[in-house]
Amino acid sequence: MQVQRQNRFKAAMEVVRTELLAGDIWSTILRYPEELAPEMREARPGQFVGVYPKDGSRLLPRPISICRLVPEERTLRLVYRTVGAGTEEIAAMPAGSAVEVLGMLGNGYDTESMAGRRVVLLGGGLGIPPMLELAASLYGKAAPGSGQEVPSAAERKTAVTAVLGYRSAPLFLKEDFEASADAVYIATEDGSEGTAGNVLDAVRERGIRADVLCACGPLPMLRAVRDYAAEQGIPAYISLEEHMACGVGACLGCVVKTKHEDPHSHVKNARICTEGPVFPASEVEI
Amino acid sequence: MTGMEVEIAGVRLKNPVMTASGTFGAGQEYGEFVDLNRLGAVVTKGVSNVPWEGNPVPRVTETPSGMLNAIGLQNPGVEVFCERDLPFLARYDTRVIVNVCGHSEQDYLEVVERLAGESAVSMLEINVSCPNVSRGAIAFGQDPDCLCAITSKIRRAAAQPIIMKLTPNVTDIAEMARAAEAGGADAVSLINTITGMKIDIERQRFVLANRTGGLSGPAIRPVAVRMVWQAARAVKIPVIGMGGIATGEDAVEFLLAGASAVAVGMMNFHEPRTTENVIGGIEAYLRRHGIENVKDIVGAVQDQVF
Ligand SMILES: Cc1cc2nc3c(=O)[nH]c(=O)nc-3n(C[C@H](O)[C@H](O)[C@H](O)COP(=O)(O)OP(=O)(O)OC[C@H]3O[C@@H](n4cnc5c(N)ncnc54)[C@H](O)[C@@H]3O)c2cc1C
Ligand SMILES: Cc1cc2nc3c(=O)[nH]c(=O)nc-3n(C[C@H](O)[C@H](O)[C@H](O)COP(=O)(O)O)c2cc1C
Ligand code: FES
Repeated sequence: MQVQRQNRFKAAMEVVRTELLAGDIWSTILRYPEELAPEMREARPGQFVGVYPKDGSRLLPRPISICRLVPEERTLRLVYRTVGAGTEEIAAMPAGSAVEVLGMLGNGYDTESMAGRRVVLLGGGLGIPPMLELAASLYGKAAPGSGQEVPSAAERKTAVTAVLGYRSAPLFLKEDFEASADAVYIATEDGSEGTAGNVLDAVRERGIRADVLCACGPLPMLRAVRDYAAEQGIPAYISLEEHMACGVGACLGCVVKTKHEDPHSHVKNARICTEGPVFPASEVEI
Repeated sequence: MTGMEVEIAGVRLKNPVMTASGTFGAGQEYGEFVDLNRLGAVVTKGVSNVPWEGNPVPRVTETPSGMLNAIGLQNPGVEVFCERDLPFLARYDTRVIVNVCGHSEQDYLEVVERLAGESAVSMLEINVSCPNVSRGAIAFGQDPDCLCAITSKIRRAAAQPIIMKLTPNVTDIAEMARAAEAGGADAVSLINTITGMKIDIERQRFVLANRTGGLSGPAIRPVAVRMVWQAARAVKIPVIGMGGIATGEDAVEFLLAGASAVAVGMMNFHEPRTTENVIGGIEAYLRRHGIENVKDIVGAVQDQVF
């Protein structure tokens, strides 16, 4: 299971730059204060933050995944779709302004267990951004225990394949993935680029082999990934979304049904913001 | 040094600020942001006799200056609470108030009896007012005779003082407060959430799986202040006020209306340190007005003079 880290904070961050990537997909880079360096060192791909709108009528944090974290620059990148007033407000925050951020939320992916394996990352739509930090933290990583014997370079490295599914071109974040993965494949629903269809269509068409699947995207895609992983007999870790209030596990607003009794809730419900958002696909009822 | 200590039903609190049930878990989650030792009391999420699964999702949604929730009182049950959550809370220098929920009279009594031997529990808050559970509970809170009857049964079974938590979803809150007092309540707390609804017009669907949810947050504050004032005038037992408290000033409004203590709910989600900020804000208010003791402003509101 994923390890739970306690690296929580609420702090003001500075908006460095916001740009439109495609359609209504935005990228915002935030700079965090130096005091947060320890929390950020503990951050794991798949964790998320809560961004607070400034408008006093919108009081709840907007959950947004880590897209990229660069400790050397103290930057946190968020990529999101403007779907409502909160995300529109975030996209409109001018460079230099301050924004309140609650973090680091959720468990994140257990990257240690994936080292040295063929990891295939499946991102659909707004499930693509969180896969970038995951790709970056796995890419080029040596297998555990290497350095003792002398395995071949291919054996020692984690092989990272990203399969990205979009509705249609123009694509976003593709170049970023190309710099952080051994291979990148594209699927578009309308066939405007790459495989026509979804991420699993691309996996099948390209004959992509995996030891582990990591997926984030819409529910129908996650269900298909779960079934595909079961068919292949490989583990799949999926990242879930739900409407949230507190983001820290206090309100029980964000649960998912689980196969087994959850050790915290003592019922078959786990908190997506705390026990998740990353779950083994076989453990949740989606 | 301003006097912040208050007393509710013989239980002394270091200050009048507590957490509102269901917004603070059993303290662990916000313990990373707030020094629990600073709080007057921690009020837990509703605890029932056996584990409850709660409602399907979506359970929460934002509304203007507030939110709707239909959690459905998911909780691990009183046994797990006593074995896991209570020992955690007992480590802190704060009071523990356990919020109790049930579908039936028997459910409430089982929890209250189980907690009777727990010395770490200072008070019980009885939720007879949750709008999100289908079977029964709300009826106890909406009918004065039922409320009076269940209050006296719980009073007889309970080892600790009992606070009856009142629902605002009634025509006459004063009548309900009097019914709780007549049943032997040691205090009343209000308001629980106001039943509301949100519709996604694009998809033409209810936003919450439960269709309706309970409204909380600053949006309900004026209603809460009014009801606290009406209840405080109607009874002699202490009143604990809540509903959208975000700052010390908001809390002072409740104290002036007649609350002896206050609770912070939804605003914890906006700012995890709200409870501590509210404590500091009340202290600052008292200093600014040269008032020595917080008790001096309880119910001190007066009419306009022209
Ligand atoms: C763990 C997690 C990670 C996420 N990561 C990303 C990401 O990296 N990029 C991205 O574009 N989106 C992401 N989302 C979805 C994002 O949180 C919502 O799109 C956003 O909250 C919408 O806010 P709004 O004010 O613009 O929309 P509104 O519809 O006006 O929001 C109203 C309320 O509903 C909530 N809400 C609306 N849609 C969602 C949703 N899909 N999931 C959860 N809450 C919602 C809002 O937070 C707010 O409280 C993530 C959601 C979760 C739970
Ligand atoms: C997510 C959530 C869960 C709640 N759960 C409970 C509960 O278990 N028992 C209870 O008596 N009240 C519960 N309440 C009501 C609050 O304790 C409080 O009475 C109400 O929200 C008004 O205060 P506020 O506006 O400060 O939140 C809950 C409120 C929220 C927002
Ligand atoms: S959002 Fe409150 S428990 Fe997950």
